[in-house]
Amino acid sequence: MDVATDRPAYLAEHFTDAEQQQESAKLGMWVFLLTEILLFGGLFCAYAIYRAWYPEMFHNAHKHLDVVLGSINTVVLILSSVTVALAIHAIQHNKRKQTILFLTITLLFAATFLVIKYFEYSHKIHLGMLPGKFYTYTGIEGTNPHIFFTVYFTMTGLHGLHVLAGMIVIGWILIRTIKGHFHSEYYTPVENAGLYWHLVDLIWIYLFPLLYLVG
Amino acid sequence: MNIIPEKNYLTYPKGLKSWLFTLDHKRIGLMYLFAIMFFFLVGGIFALMIRLELFHPGQDFVSADTYNQLFTLHGAIMIFLFIIPSIPASLGNLILPLMLGAKDVAFPRLNLASWYIYVFGAMFAVYSMIAGAADTGWTFYTPYSIETNTAVISLTTGAFILGFSSIFTGLNFLVTIHKLRAPGMTWFKMPLFVWGLYATSIIQVVATPVLGITLLLLILERVAGIGIFNPALGGDPVLFQHFFWFYSHPAVYIMILPGMAIISELISVHSHKKIFGYKVIAYSSLAIAFISFLVWGHHMFVSGQSELAGMIFSFLTFFVGVPSGIKVFNWVATLYKGAVRFTTPMLYTFAFLILFTIGGLTGIFLGALSVDIHLHDTYFVVAHFHYTMMGGTVIAFFAGLHHWWPKIWGRMYNERIAKITAVLVFIGFNLTFIPQFIMGSHGMPRRYFDYLPQYQGMHELSTYGAYLLGTAFVIMAIYLIHSIFKGKPAGNNPWGGLTLEWQTTSPPDPHNFHEVPVWTHGPYDFDTIKVEPDLEKELETA
Repeated sequence: MDVATDRPAYLAEHFTDAEQQQESAKLGMWVFLLTEILLFGGLFCAYAIYRAWYPEMFHNAHKHLDVVLGSINTVVLILSSVTVALAIHAIQHNKRKQTILFLTITLLFAATFLVIKYFEYSHKIHLGMLPGKFYTYTGIEGTNPHIFFTVYFTMTGLHGLHVLAGMIVIGWILIRTIKGHFHSEYYTPVENAGLYWHLVDLIWIYLFPLLYLVG
Repeated sequence: MNIIPEKNYLTYPKGLKSWLFTLDHKRIGLMYLFAIMFFFLVGGIFALMIRLELFHPGQDFVSADTYNQLFTLHGAIMIFLFIIPSIPASLGNLILPLMLGAKDVAFPRLNLASWYIYVFGAMFAVYSMIAGAADTGWTFYTPYSIETNTAVISLTTGAFILGFSSIFTGLNFLVTIHKLRAPGMTWFKMPLFVWGLYATSIIQVVATPVLGITLLLLILERVAGIGIFNPALGGDPVLFQHFFWFYSHPAVYIMILPGMAIISELISVHSHKKIFGYKVIAYSSLAIAFISFLVWGHHMFVSGQSELAGMIFSFLTFFVGVPSGIKVFNWVATLYKGAVRFTTPMLYTFAFLILFTIGGLTGIFLGALSVDIHLHDTYFVVAHFHYTMMGGTVIAFFAGLHHWWPKIWGRMYNERIAKITAVLVFIGFNLTFIPQFIMGSHGMPRRYFDYLPQYQGMHELSTYGAYLLGTAFVIMAIYLIHSIFKGKPAGNNPWGGLTLEWQTTSPPDPHNFHEVPVWTHGPYDFDTIKVEPDLEKELETA
């Protein structure tokens, strides 16, 4: 069998050309994002049901979330989406140093988000605003206020894990960029990591008003 | 004389390491095949233990608690570790890329990862068996699954992990079908096996994450008492049922669609006639995939769902029967005036047609609101889903296994013994489950350890059937394994099929094809292309 000599190193053996490889990777990523939306879909559904069951309690309980910290985190994540988009743009034009810079900034934003989340969480835990049977706080009127915190902690917790996963992915992409794996001909992994990060951002865009801005 | 190529995917490269780190879809498919057959054996042994206990009323073999654990493990293992991965992950992995004329699936590493994730998830399930197996039934209904002291967490964690392996297989197939088809293979020139797996993959990708979040919440409920499904904490146990069935009803189509896909393929090849209504069969797979998401409420007719919701779900359940019916009519019409060969795969195909039709029609009984009130949670339901899942999917799986076995190993099993076994399977299956239909309609509840003496005759028949079925499977295992070593070389195209997997060697080359194949005809153009099956050529020369 003759081995085509013009095959670039990044092109896997089972693909006929780079275009096929790129399209496959992108389609795969979009399908994966769909599964993520359905994973969160269950939680959004639970949110809708319990908010319909306990509307007053939800209204009373949401006041105990810190809107200022929530808003800062929203801005932080939106900015991180901008920087990751800039990183993709830079690698498309072979500007490797810029890509490294923007990916690093994205990582810093992500870390900021998690640090702020940490302070929010520890404040809630300190006051006993915990999910389910661990709920000990007494200052919220309405039926079953612990359900609000169940919803709050599972939704933001799962989202937080996704932020962490995103940081690992972006960190890995950053290392590969430093090693020079990507250039204007081949940058699909950077693009896919960016897509994933946009989804993580997008989910927060929904979580923020649903949890912090009930009414 | 047929010969087996020296260099094929089984022999090259050599060594255990080359298997454990293989990216070859055929080897991964084979590894899946061994893994799922192992769990089919385990789940089958549990089934035989259940049937043994039910032979007589009262306790005579295991305690009531052990019985609850047995049927839970039988269900959970058969569903999560056997049927769901069975056809897509084993035969799908082995055959799909060959059919498409591709060198591999789109993401070979993800494919290998999915196998390891499967094994990892299976380890949790096995651990659960040792550490005081769960006794909730495979459905894990709350609030009981929150309260029981048995190993619910390890079993649900296992199912959660297995979900990832299922999603990865589905995702891989979707992208492979979209992007890796041979030149000339347009959407409506694809083999119907591919169409079936495409519809299956859609459900796997869309439904499985919902099971993931449901099981995650159940685990959190047990570990941290979050109260979301716990009525004592203001949560809603019925919400669990909604979430669970939002996955698990489409999941039965994850199980049956690949079975239908195999039948569409086999019925045309073994009657050497162009498939009747190609496009309709293809579209009906997609229709089933779509409607399957809208019928979960028919599992909850007696869970306090509103009457209106019940009516809508009942109607939609009737509606999902339509595309399945269309398929059955098309298959039967394909046989008409075909040159039907009574080969082993074809015998299983006939068994499928009969058993699946019974299973499907009894599903319509259960989808009717008032009838369901009477039959809910009786053996009628047990018989119905065994007719679809086992009489449908498992029989189709064995049809496919016998059909592609000579391609996979390059060798042929003993057809005479195989045909006798197929008949034994058919008899054993009906003997097991027809009595269950009858006693179910007389009110024998499912999942009960003890029963009134009036049901004893039926239970005895059912147990005899189960042991006959078990014996037939042991015979099948023996002649199949024997054929791997001693079978006659089967030739590249033993049945005279037109799809691309028959154009390469048996077993295939590590790279599938020596040259990129070009697809110039339809998959079932038996009206214009004459192919003589290698097995029949062999007979003539002998």
